[in-house]
Amino acid sequence: MRIPLSWLREYAAVPADATAEDVMAELVKVGLEEEDVHRPTDELTGPIVVGQVLSLVKEPQSNGKTINWCEVRVVPEGAEQTLTGDGIDPSGLQGIVCGAHNFVEGDKVVVTLPGAVLPGDFRISPRKTYGHVSAGMIASVRELGIGDDHDGILVLSTLGLDPEIGTDALDLLGLYDEAAEINVTPDRGYCFSIRGVAREYAHATRTTFTDPAAAVVVPPAAGGGYPVRLEDSAPVYGKAGCDRFVARTVRGVDTSRPTPPWMSARLRLAGIRSISLVVDISNYVMLELGQPLHFYDLDRLSGDIVVRRALPGEKLRTLDDKERTLDPGDLLITDSSGPLGIAGVMGGASTEVSDGTSAVLIESAHFDDVSIGRSRRRHRLPSEASKRFERGVDRQIADIAAQRAVELLLELAGGTVDDAVTDVGQAPEARVIELAADFPARLIGREFTDEQITGTLTDLGATVEKTDGGYRVTAPSWRTDLETREDLTEEIIRLVGYDTIPSTLPVAPPGRGLTRVQQQRRRLLNALAAAGLTEVLSYPFVGEQANAVFGTPHEGDAAPSVKLANPLSAELGYLRRSILPGLVELAKRNHSRGFRDLALFESGAVFLPGTSMGTESIPPLGIKPDDAVLDGLYSGIPDQPQTIAALFTGHELVPSAGVTPRAWDWADAVDVVHLMAQVTGVDVVVRKGSHQAFHPGRTAEFSLRSGEVLGYAGELHPKLIATQDLPVRTVAFEINADLLFEAAADVIVARPLSTYPAATQDVALVVDADVVAGDVLEALNEGAGELLEDVSLFDVYTGQGIPEGRKSLAFALRFRAADRTLTAEEASAARDSAVMVAAERFGAVQR
Amino acid sequence: MSETPEHAGPTGPDAQVPDPLDASSVAAAVDAALADIAAAADLDGLKAVRITHSGEKSPLSLANRGIGALPKEQKSAAGKNIGPARGRINQALAARVVELEAERDARILVDEAVDVTAAPRRRRTGARHPLSTLQERVSDVFVGMGWEIAEGPELESEWFNFDALNFKPDHPAREMQDTFFVEPPEAHLVLRTHTSPVQVRSMLERELPIYVLCPGKVFRTDELDATHTPVFHQFEGLAIDKGLTMADLVGTLEHFTQQLFGDGAKVRLRPNYFPFTEPSAELDIWHPGAKGGPRWIEWGGCGMVNPNVLRATGIDPDVYSGFAFGMGIERALMFRNEVGDMRDMIEGDVRFSEHFGMEI
Repeated sequence: MRIPLSWLREYAAVPADATAEDVMAELVKVGLEEEDVHRPTDELTGPIVVGQVLSLVKEPQSNGKTINWCEVRVVPEGAEQTLTGDGIDPSGLQGIVCGAHNFVEGDKVVVTLPGAVLPGDFRISPRKTYGHVSAGMIASVRELGIGDDHDGILVLSTLGLDPEIGTDALDLLGLYDEAAEINVTPDRGYCFSIRGVAREYAHATRTTFTDPAAAVVVPPAAGGGYPVRLEDSAPVYGKAGCDRFVARTVRGVDTSRPTPPWMSARLRLAGIRSISLVVDISNYVMLELGQPLHFYDLDRLSGDIVVRRALPGEKLRTLDDKERTLDPGDLLITDSSGPLGIAGVMGGASTEVSDGTSAVLIESAHFDDVSIGRSRRRHRLPSEASKRFERGVDRQIADIAAQRAVELLLELAGGTVDDAVTDVGQAPEARVIELAADFPARLIGREFTDEQITGTLTDLGATVEKTDGGYRVTAPSWRTDLETREDLTEEIIRLVGYDTIPSTLPVAPPGRGLTRVQQQRRRLLNALAAAGLTEVLSYPFVGEQANAVFGTPHEGDAAPSVKLANPLSAELGYLRRSILPGLVELAKRNHSRGFRDLALFESGAVFLPGTSMGTESIPPLGIKPDDAVLDGLYSGIPDQPQTIAALFTGHELVPSAGVTPRAWDWADAVDVVHLMAQVTGVDVVVRKGSHQAFHPGRTAEFSLRSGEVLGYAGELHPKLIATQDLPVRTVAFEINADLLFEAAADVIVARPLSTYPAATQDVALVVDADVVAGDVLEALNEGAGELLEDVSLFDVYTGQGIPEGRKSLAFALRFRAADRTLTAEEASAARDSAVMVAAERFGAVQR
Repeated sequence: MSETPEHAGPTGPDAQVPDPLDASSVAAAVDAALADIAAAADLDGLKAVRITHSGEKSPLSLANRGIGALPKEQKSAAGKNIGPARGRINQALAARVVELEAERDARILVDEAVDVTAAPRRRRTGARHPLSTLQERVSDVFVGMGWEIAEGPELESEWFNFDALNFKPDHPAREMQDTFFVEPPEAHLVLRTHTSPVQVRSMLERELPIYVLCPGKVFRTDELDATHTPVFHQFEGLAIDKGLTMADLVGTLEHFTQQLFGDGAKVRLRPNYFPFTEPSAELDIWHPGAKGGPRWIEWGGCGMVNPNVLRATGIDPDVYSGFAFGMGIERALMFRNEVGDMRDMIEGDVRFSEHFGMEI
């Protein structure tokens, strides 16, 4: 909301020298945040004066143009030119070349004299042109920054002005005024008016407020006005769409009259374009009092006005010249011809006030916030009117605003007002709130005097009645937001000052610290960083294809994705099932910045919708839903496991003296997952895996002992690497961290350390080439029995001595007993039983 | 080393064997030995000197052997000449060994010197993301105050994100949040616009009193620019207890901001509106270390929990009251760590994280 200071001064005691910044500094204290300053003179400075064209000589030019060589008087006849400077003629007469042709000798115009600066840093100085020295410029409204019209210069008589020559034109056109722009929170619709903001200014500065509404005298209601019926068949939440409709008729208005500069200047500063006198008046009253008005061309209305919901299939051409299909939820203003407008949102074209209008019907009505909001959203029609109705308009101002509009019409556009007044419906009763005397102190933590409570609430416009132990407060009609004792308490502390709230530190009961999972997560992520990986955070938005490839191991698996209804871009319209697509993008960005040797990791949620997606209905607010409803809400939330993924490209290190960096390979990805298992203390199983995003021969699948799959690690599929333009042999892993954390033991039980000597036995086993080492190792592990302390693969051999299609795997087995030194026979027996299991399972033959 | 010690020559095997009874010839042999020992340049040289002067065929060894052939009465005198002479040589040899070994050791250390400034980087340096570490640091302050850290899903039911927080279905406040909705709309699921749904879950699931901090990722439909990002991080606090006041809110925020911004930090509340708090306030903090000098910085929102929120979670507003606050991590990182452009935080440029390492 933009507040022209001259307007604010009419109702609040704003010091004469206060700037927009000063005003905003006051308003922020009461919760109206500063946004911007609008000050025409920041871009427009004088001397700019009223001049009269004394003579005008048309001079055709060789370029086909005709210019006017004008003599313009800029000081009254007989008076002295007090301005001095290059190009200012002491005679008070200026010679000016002007290319416009919409004026004649004798016209009063705006002259920007040498030394003036116009918007766009356009500096006026005497200049030689078309064989003359042109000492100044006769300005158009566009050059002055006060309108779009550039068809000709501004002739002041067209604004109904006949000022004295030499008058300061900036003052005449209201250009010394400035506006403070503030942000109005959605609970305070009344601040979308000068009236509301002036009241707040008075609160902030503890000065007096003059209510503009109080200055309007509404004549006693006389019947027989334009017939209006309120027929809402489908109230929203039991509230009628229109609870009050005031209509007034003014006949014989002269729509050709110009809007006076003071009014257009204020509208412009408030951010509203001047359109025509009649439309400007409706906007002016809305800005002043906060009541949106609609003016109809009375002669284009037919039959009774009926306020009702739309019928199926009904259509309306709105003022923005768009045909809109209406929804049965839309509240309409209609007559016998059909819809005239969407109530409180936008009027229709058919009954619009135009140049030929002579009789105006003023609509000043009160509409339901929810109904208006729905229509506005449905038709994407934000308007000044809907903005106010949605946030709450004073329930008692409709007749006052209509009267104010009548007065302005009579004053500025002429005509006569009908005595008959339409005033149907009734605004709801004022809200009464009980406030216990000690409640504000209990909520805020400081004491309030009776004067502070009653004083502030009375200042707000509330009626306060003392009761036994408290107050009975009747909220003012414009404060639709005041409903509870908490609301009143906020108002009290707001006006007394938030800076008076003391500071006390509450002591929480003994806490339990971070949860186990929170600690595990920190340790794991720190371990990854310590292992040389760099944490990044990508957006969870991906394309459908990325989810199809990365989001499920096998092509064609049922792997539903969550689709955004309003994505920022259509290509990234889904929530990720995998973190890897995001890491691929970030890797590419780093590549483009010259960093190709990367180890990126990210920890975050992936979104795996199952059979249940949300709930069809939402329980109401302010009441705890019953357990069944709550269970429904909980179980409707798609699974979002915490997932950790990493992507490695290029080399482990950058080359440097003495270091030839090693290229990352599949084993790095596998190794880091082993590290993660080690850090969390979880026993994992690795086997040859298969995932469409990974190389079919270089993928490890990690799982828990229980069989649940944790994720995959290895080299990305070469085809994918090629299409994604990644370096060859890019490797990656992705692991479900939730499963890993769950599998971790809460208490890790120590293993006794035997100090007896170990007995080491090596075995070389020949197996088929497609048997994986991990499986053989597992078999040895199981077969060796309790004495086995460790088994590791130390060599893989094919070639001489090994049959085609077979390979030799060499394992080192370390045996140790807890209570004795093992004999060679015991160790050999254990080895043999280990080898036997491998032989049974894989046909392993000891070399 | 194969080269021959240069002093081995003159007193080599050809040297004359001294007469054991002639003290002066014995002394001459000793002198010759001592001179060679002193002249030995290194341990190999000394080894040759040892053979020459102390070996089996050295003059004094041979002279010693000759004692046996002397008449009995001369043996004692001869022994007194030869024994100490050999002793002196052996002592001198031992001492020289120590010297030469020390020299050799010192030389090796010099020879082994490297250019430490040219050390190659053999270990890859990783890093946490500063948004993560700052979030952890914030959490630790509250854990230190006895609060607990609560978390919840990012894809949420509208009820938890809005209705339970007293956002009326058709109120403009609901639109202020620039929400990402998901298909189908009938599912009533949204990407949470704040971490407040975790507050709601905490109130439903935890025992009273409640003191929780809810950090996490949140979503708004803002285009990415220098100061906005559609995905960002927040932490929200919630305290529900008997008799909590707005003064308790001020005190909590003050204590917290001093941990993060130093003892000089202060907080200031300004009236504002949120559906889930009443009274509501905008939170400014006085940042003593701000770039360009101490100043007030707008950081978040706070207020006393609206009784409708308590009711939605089954808490009696006549018995309990509470306060809540919410701040942005990105914003904190911008003014605390002087990050000038929001995009640096989210574009994944490894230089950004690596500059911070594991710290914040």
